[in-house]
Amino acid sequence: MIPNITFVIQGLAFFAVVWLVMKFGWPHIMAAIEERQQKIAEGLAAADRAKAELKDADARVADEIKKARAQAAEIVDKAHQQANQIVDKAKADALLEAARVKATAQTEIDGMVGKAREALRGQVASLAVQGASKIIGKEINADAHKALLDQLVAEI
Amino acid sequence: MTEYIVHHLHHLRWPREDGFWTLNIDTLFFTFVLSALFCLLFIGTARRAKVENPGKLQSFIEMVVVFVDGLVKETFHGTSKLIAPLAVTIFGLVFLFNFLDMLPVDMLPAAGHAAGLKYLRIVPTADLSTTLGMALCVFLLIQYFGLKHKGPKVFFGEMVSAPFHAHGLGAKIALAPANLLLRLIEEAVRPVSLSLRLFGNMYAGELIFILIAVMTLDATLSHFSTYLLGFGQFIAGFLWTAFHILVITLQAFIFMMLSVVYLSMAAERH
Repeated sequence: MIPNITFVIQGLAFFAVVWLVMKFGWPHIMAAIEERQQKIAEGLAAADRAKAELKDADARVADEIKKARAQAAEIVDKAHQQANQIVDKAKADALLEAARVKATAQTEIDGMVGKAREALRGQVASLAVQGASKIIGKEINADAHKALLDQLVAEI
Repeated sequence: MTEYIVHHLHHLRWPREDGFWTLNIDTLFFTFVLSALFCLLFIGTARRAKVENPGKLQSFIEMVVVFVDGLVKETFHGTSKLIAPLAVTIFGLVFLFNFLDMLPVDMLPAAGHAAGLKYLRIVPTADLSTTLGMALCVFLLIQYFGLKHKGPKVFFGEMVSAPFHAHGLGAKIALAPANLLLRLIEEAVRPVSLSLRLFGNMYAGELIFILIAVMTLDATLSHFSTYLLGFGQFIAGFLWTAFHILVITLQAFIFMMLSVVYLSMAAERH
């Protein structure tokens, strides 16, 4: 039970182990622990950042969709307007064309009526002369009764 | 029976059986084996420590390291490269030394006897030489810490000016011997209490194991009492071993914690 000189060796051995652990063990294990702690902290911070970025991106996407919708509505509106304009213009053009065609036709008709009338007039005059000759029984001198005939033609 | 107990409490000594100038070979052998094991485990794992995906052994060692480091940071508020590794070493070594007490009390001595060793005591901390050696190491470190953190002037000044503070030169000189005496007692008590506490616990624990083993000493199968005592020995051995798991851990922890507290106190001014 009473200690002997062994205690000196035991003390030195203990001290040696302490020194070894302090010099070659502790710093390595502490470095590993601290590095891991730092990595975990960094990872958590990165996750937080990513979450915030995702939120930002979501907001931006919603914004873009809203803008696109407004733009599409605007485009549709414009298209409607344009279509209306085109229809209106076509209507007006058609009306104008119709009026023009009608006018041309009228002129043509008028011309043909005049010509027909002239032709009829000539024929009426000759018929009248022939009729009158038959009634009178003699040749009417066309030249002598020219004034009379012209008056007749004008009356028909 | 007495012979059995005395035989179990005798160290394997060289070069003589008694006296101060002799070595406890068994204590030294198991100390070196366990110290080497501790160094191998701790330093080996530390050098191969991985930041990502640590192994089971590394995780266990890190758990102990973080636990001890937390205790040290709570107690000692300065910065020191020594104090936390010292605490881990004390805890690990004392626990390993104590743990040999868990082995059946006759196992290694019987093996030693078969190998020609007359005596063998396997628990290094049940030898006062071991605990005293460690406690004196801590004592020297306490003095070194005090000198380093306070400076020689405050360190030696406190020896004669605390705990009784005096005003005026005459009173100071008058109180100096009392202060110095108290300081010497305070410092001397620490290694003594540290070493005796651990040694006492482990020695008593070993003695109880020996006494439990004595229950069936020289028993024969023809006696009825053998079966009764055998059963009693099993129950007692089981209970004491289970309780001793607590004791060896607690004693290792106490030795560590008190060393940390003493070192912290040495670094602080009174």
